[in-house]
Amino acid sequence: MLLEARDITFCYDKNNRKILENFHLQVESQERVGLVAPSGFGKTTLCKILAGYEKPDGGEVLMNGQPLSSYGGYCPVQMIWQHPEQVINPRLRMKAVLKEGDQVEERIVRELGIEPEWLSRYPGELSGGELQRFCIARALGERTRFLLADEISTMLDLITQSQIWSFLVEECTRRNIGMVAVSHSQPLLERVCTRMQKL
Amino acid sequence: MTAGEVKKREEMEPEELLRIAHLSVAFEQYQGGMEKRDLQVIRDLSVNIRRGEITAVVGASGSGKSLLAHAVLGILPYNASQGGSIYYRGQELNRERAARLRGREIVLVPQSIGFLDPLMKIGPQIRKGKKDKASRERVDQILKSYSLKPEVGELYPFELSGGMNRRVLVSTALMEAPGLVIADEPTPGLEMKLARRVMEHFRELAEQGAGVLLITHDLELAIETADWIVVFYAGTTLEEARAQDFREEELLRHPYSRALWRAMPQNGFTAIPGTQPYAAHMPQGCPFGPRCDQCTEECLQPVPWREIRGGRVRCVHAKE
Repeated sequence: MLLEARDITFCYDKNNRKILENFHLQVESQERVGLVAPSGFGKTTLCKILAGYEKPDGGEVLMNGQPLSSYGGYCPVQMIWQHPEQVINPRLRMKAVLKEGDQVEERIVRELGIEPEWLSRYPGELSGGELQRFCIARALGERTRFLLADEISTMLDLITQSQIWSFLVEECTRRNIGMVAVSHSQPLLERVCTRMQKL
Repeated sequence: MTAGEVKKREEMEPEELLRIAHLSVAFEQYQGGMEKRDLQVIRDLSVNIRRGEITAVVGASGSGKSLLAHAVLGILPYNASQGGSIYYRGQELNRERAARLRGREIVLVPQSIGFLDPLMKIGPQIRKGKKDKASRERVDQILKSYSLKPEVGELYPFELSGGMNRRVLVSTALMEAPGLVIADEPTPGLEMKLARRVMEHFRELAEQGAGVLLITHDLELAIETADWIVVFYAGTTLEEARAQDFREEELLRHPYSRALWRAMPQNGFTAIPGTQPYAAHMPQGCPFGPRCDQCTEECLQPVPWREIRGGRVRCVHAKE
């Protein structure tokens, strides 16, 4: 499988500076690409475009040569966000949050270290690191083919960070899921990714 | 006082600014109806802050790091009870004294830029509403030292970028000449270059004689910029070491510090299994015991806090 960003141009307001200009990116299923750029250079914006949350002003996102928008229903490109507390419905219990994903396997929930006790809680009753585990599980549904990880571990301590990344790398290798990873930590990206790309 | 006496007094003034010994914090909780329990969140915490130095407290998320800051500032919520002792400049720091000193002598750089008042311009916010000429000049001077233009004082927080707002937060700490600065995660999500710049400003404060307590989980930054690193786990201090000890695994005294070290991407990125125990289900003795490969019978007893090789550790297996 191949995820391709072709000639992407994007700006938030008309007349404002172009955040992305004629940007190209190709990611194969067996790759993990690290995106490197200073803050404010559009890393998150690019992830949003790749996952279909934003429409680019120019250019297109293709998966296996077909526009991403032609894949109806579940989007095969899933994004994990930087602030888990902002992407979880505060009124749902955690087991309902997991159901928003696409048939998330029991095994994934277990391997991410999600305690059965947490499932009946509300998001406000869990810490940031605990919530992020749910967000990762939710994004790893059956039909996920590409994963976008946008600064997913800044709120975690080092050991938890390393636990979660080793799980993700193993899972993506096994299921042949391609990955784009964003982080301000160069050593982290060097550990995790198969190659780097500058924005 | 003659000049000689002043000098003498300065020499006599202790290097030690803040001494926290065996601090504990518990929250009173109601469980279904009238049943009450005490949730012990901080169990045994000891930290010393010296003048002119930066002390970093690192540890797992949810280990009680921010509560430590709140305890020093005397702003714990009403259902919290506090044990142990906190001494500031040799005198006990109780709630009343903390209330007098905070914001002037002891300042907090909060964790989130959400702490800025969204309806107040940057300038008045930094000078805390004071309108005299000296305060205004001081604000201009502070903004300049953070490479922000004087016009920024006339803007609202939403008109600034995340990084600029961070610098504004740090600069609110500079308005008074503080004795103790408590910075709660001042650099998350900032790229290394910006994070280093923020830390340089704390270093300047330290050089002017303040003590800095840096609360963070960014061990890399702490190693690079702090003088002392205190390792915190499940509400307990496990180790206090000079920052340079963290450059080599062998110099560390506690198995958890070594596990943290090995989890750094540049040092192997290996993780130990398991998670930090929840405050209500604490193990006997050493809180790290259930995840430690060196755990023995002795570790199930209370473990003393002792001095080893110029640092302090809470582990029966640590050697000279």
